[in-house]
Amino acid sequence: MQHSHDTHSHSHDAHHHEEMGFWSKYVFSTDHKVIGIQYGITSLLFLLFGFGLMGLMRWQMAYPGTPIPVFGPILEKLLGSAAAGGVMSADLYNSFGAMHGTIMVFLGVVPLAFAAFGNYVVPLQIGAPDMTFPRLNMASYWLYFLGGIVMLISFFLPGGAAQGGWTSYSPLATIIPTQGQTWWLVGMVLLINSSLLGAVNFLATIIQLRAPGMTWMRLPFFVWAQFVTAFLLLLAFPPLEAAGVMQLMDKVFGCSFFLPTGLMISGKVADVSGGGSPLLWQHLFWFLAHPEVYVLILPGMGIVSEILCNNIRKPIWGYKSLVYSLFAIGFLSFIVWAHHMYMTGMGTAISTFFQTTTLIISIPSVIILTVFFITLWGGSIRFNTQMLFTLAFLVMFGIGGLTGLPLGFNFVDLFLHDSYYVIAHFHYVVAPGTIFALFAGVHYWYPKATGRYMCDFWGRVHFWCSLVFMNIVFFPMFTQGIAGMSRRMYDGGANYSAAANKGLLGALPDSAIYSNVIISIGAWMLMLVQIPFIINFVWSIWKGRKVESDNPWEATTLEWQTPTPPPHGNFAVAPTVHRGPYEYSVPGAASDFIPQNQADTKAKASKS
Amino acid sequence: MEIPYTVNARKDTGLYNAKLGIWLFLASEVMLFGALFSAYILLRVGATPGTWPHGLLNVPLGTLNTIVLIVSSVTVVMAWASLKMKQFGKWRMYQGATLVCALIFLVIKSFEYNDKLTHYEVVTKEGDKFHVYDGHLVQEDKDKIVLHPSAHRLYTARAIAYGFGPEPAGAHAAADHGAKEHSDKHELITIQRSTIEHMENYGPKHHAYLAIYFTLTGLHALHVIGGAIVMAFFFGPGAKMWKTNPEQFTNRIEISGLFWHFVDLVWIFLFPVLYLL
Amino acid sequence: MSHSSTPTTGHSTSDGHHDVASEVRRYLIIFGALTVGTIVTVLASYVNFGSSTMNIVVALIIASIKAFLVAGYFMHLISEKKMIYAILVATAFFFAGLMYLTLWSSEPASLIHHQSYVP
Ligand code: HEM
Ligand SMILES: [Cu+2]
Repeated sequence: MQHSHDTHSHSHDAHHHEEMGFWSKYVFSTDHKVIGIQYGITSLLFLLFGFGLMGLMRWQMAYPGTPIPVFGPILEKLLGSAAAGGVMSADLYNSFGAMHGTIMVFLGVVPLAFAAFGNYVVPLQIGAPDMTFPRLNMASYWLYFLGGIVMLISFFLPGGAAQGGWTSYSPLATIIPTQGQTWWLVGMVLLINSSLLGAVNFLATIIQLRAPGMTWMRLPFFVWAQFVTAFLLLLAFPPLEAAGVMQLMDKVFGCSFFLPTGLMISGKVADVSGGGSPLLWQHLFWFLAHPEVYVLILPGMGIVSEILCNNIRKPIWGYKSLVYSLFAIGFLSFIVWAHHMYMTGMGTAISTFFQTTTLIISIPSVIILTVFFITLWGGSIRFNTQMLFTLAFLVMFGIGGLTGLPLGFNFVDLFLHDSYYVIAHFHYVVAPGTIFALFAGVHYWYPKATGRYMCDFWGRVHFWCSLVFMNIVFFPMFTQGIAGMSRRMYDGGANYSAAANKGLLGALPDSAIYSNVIISIGAWMLMLVQIPFIINFVWSIWKGRKVESDNPWEATTLEWQTPTPPPHGNFAVAPTVHRGPYEYSVPGAASDFIPQNQADTKAKASKS
Repeated sequence: MEIPYTVNARKDTGLYNAKLGIWLFLASEVMLFGALFSAYILLRVGATPGTWPHGLLNVPLGTLNTIVLIVSSVTVVMAWASLKMKQFGKWRMYQGATLVCALIFLVIKSFEYNDKLTHYEVVTKEGDKFHVYDGHLVQEDKDKIVLHPSAHRLYTARAIAYGFGPEPAGAHAAADHGAKEHSDKHELITIQRSTIEHMENYGPKHHAYLAIYFTLTGLHALHVIGGAIVMAFFFGPGAKMWKTNPEQFTNRIEISGLFWHFVDLVWIFLFPVLYLL
Repeated sequence: MSHSSTPTTGHSTSDGHHDVASEVRRYLIIFGALTVGTIVTVLASYVNFGSSTMNIVVALIIASIKAFLVAGYFMHLISEKKMIYAILVATAFFFAGLMYLTLWSSEPASLIHHQSYVP
């Protein structure tokens, strides 16, 4: 093992690590980088799959009751009568909807944003050899994998997968007579345990394994974001696990944790002991699920801050306000959950409480966004693919966040709740928001992981097309929602249309119904334009342009001060950190960036 | 580069990795059991007045189990202290004692479970008259069953609907723990199978109280089992590490001990909440 | 990285025989206290403190004292590191929030539980 401080040597192969077989090297690996990549690829596949479910549902919404071209017969083969004649049945629509939400959130975005990027990047950025508990890390991935398999199998059960929505409100979710919900719950318990192991690991890693000199206030913002995210997962997930166990008891043993006395099902009194509280499920679910929305967005913000500074060649404006805002968000996100429950009749006093906290939490969110925008000021921006995605993130997340404010007021939410407006709101935050940040992250760190660039041209094609179609898909949903269109409707609202209800006041205007077609076409196009990304991603592993150095973007953070790709153990010697994370364009310095582990400002940052 | 602080503490935090890890994990456990406790309170507050059982469980057995767990907590901490004092033999003894305690706890618990699962509520219909019987199943054959009425019973929505609800407040005062008033009812009841309309044991389905009882204690028992498996591993094959890396081994014992104390701690709340209140 | 002889401050790695020996005595005292506490809990449940709410309060106070003894001494929380305190304080806060807000918002809703069962 060489004992020099120059870790950006080109000796990619000189680093010794034990010879390992294929299985222990790529499959049951305990190396955080391999696990990160496993997480990344699995979750990208799940994202694609979840998106595909929605692609099929959009046909039913745009052209209710007509056979789905091409895929209809395939569905019928796979799932039988649920797709008789290639037409999506209502049950199938419900289970696709529930699974779309579940898969996108719990198997797609969170594993990609938190587990994949976190695993790959965090230990490198803090100068650690690995995660603190490598074997738990592996267990976390495999629990996630198992949870995913359970979810996938549930599609083929008699009666299909869970149909109660990703929120699985009881009594509905409990009394649906098929077994899909049971499998959903088992899958969720696996996923929750996976996340808990991950959260413990991330927190312990960031607290314990920071390299010498890496003080808290020198942490790259990405690490901070992952830190707060891990904390949210650690404390918010267990109540959902408890709720999941209770719903499982309801489902399997016939308990009635969430079933009230006197519950009627199809005109008959249900054979349950009763005495349960449907509201309890919602409390425990949203106690997780509101922090969960920050789990969805914070890692994205972290990625954005890294890429922003790197491509503006300027330090972040207001690093400390970012960190404090992050803490404020983390803290407050635990006490806003019932803004999803204004319509449950839980009482006006408590609604007011949650309305107040909800509006307070938007302050730190706005601070973060403002800091990013001010950072842009006066920079000479490098417009590469990751920067384009990042800039789009800022605007799209802005739209998503601002449209959340009206929802936060309980009297406005009486009108907007469960409408397409809500769908538009959170998709703006998660889809062109977080997912764009994730695309940016893929382009940014790809060269570190593979030693090759992704193609910039196809990256741009992918970016511009995605941007256009994302907005075509999600913007009309705002107007649909304001026009009164409810979410989760099998026929896309046709039953409530002005055409079907002549002269009825409040019927859905034609424009809302027609928007369905535009949105659906937009969604299918959006799907098509992911093809350049997929090809680019795979192709570049072998054929991409090779990086010229270990630090191709001329970045300051530690992950770029390792060989490419980093060997097992990451650093030959623990790097010593001398400065903050974003020392770009420091006056008087020899180059426009100073790596965190460089002692002397005058020395030219080696860009071998 | 090796992962640092697996054995020794990091200077600024004063902790070795696993110690921090277990506390983080325990923090999440607090939220897990906390959510179940909030469910307990909600169910209890929301229950029809008079139907939340009082004294349904066997208090002497519960007390005994509490003491067993407390003893095991002491042996766990003594085991760790013995290793600190480099007395491996003593450690073995204490570690073994802990495992025995875990086993006793589980055996007692399974007796309690069995007691509930053999306790039945039976609705009969003779002519057009309904009757609700309640008691432990002591004998059953093809055409009849025999129940032994027990001092404490639950009032389900079903029984209340048939007019067999809780006695009006006052009539029942202060009788909750004593079985004396009921002694006259202690003859066996024989029920013809042909008259049985509905029969259900005191499983989790029977009543909200039993649901939360089985869920809370079941989850707790899973923790006991999990903890015991880990400690049994250290007692057996894992003990080899004492020879090669005594400090890390001591840390491991400390970590598993912290988990075990937490399991004890949960029980300290479960016991009054489920058995006494 | 060397994890050589990092000097440590915590008792978890550096205490000698004497510290531990004196702690052992303390463990036994606490064992006694916990046993007494258990018996007191049981006895207290037979005493009528005026209302069932009061009985619950008394039982929970005794349980909290016992929990404090276990956490404080057996788990050494009394002399733990700042980092652990920080984690637990945050946890306690969110735990309290979960309990309090959930219960607060459930009062009117408890009305729906009171419908009767119609066979
Ligand atoms: C910036 C401040 C934000 C405010 C004030 C806000 C407010 C709200 C409110 C009040 C609702 C409930 C609407 C209803 O069901 O009637 C809601 C729904 C939702 N929000 Fe936000 N939000 C904000 C940011 C975010 C972020 C950052 C995300 C995710 C990354 C997000 C994701 C969601 C999701 C997923 C739902 C819908 C859940 C469902 O019912 O299925 N929100 N938002
Ligand atoms: Cu929310």
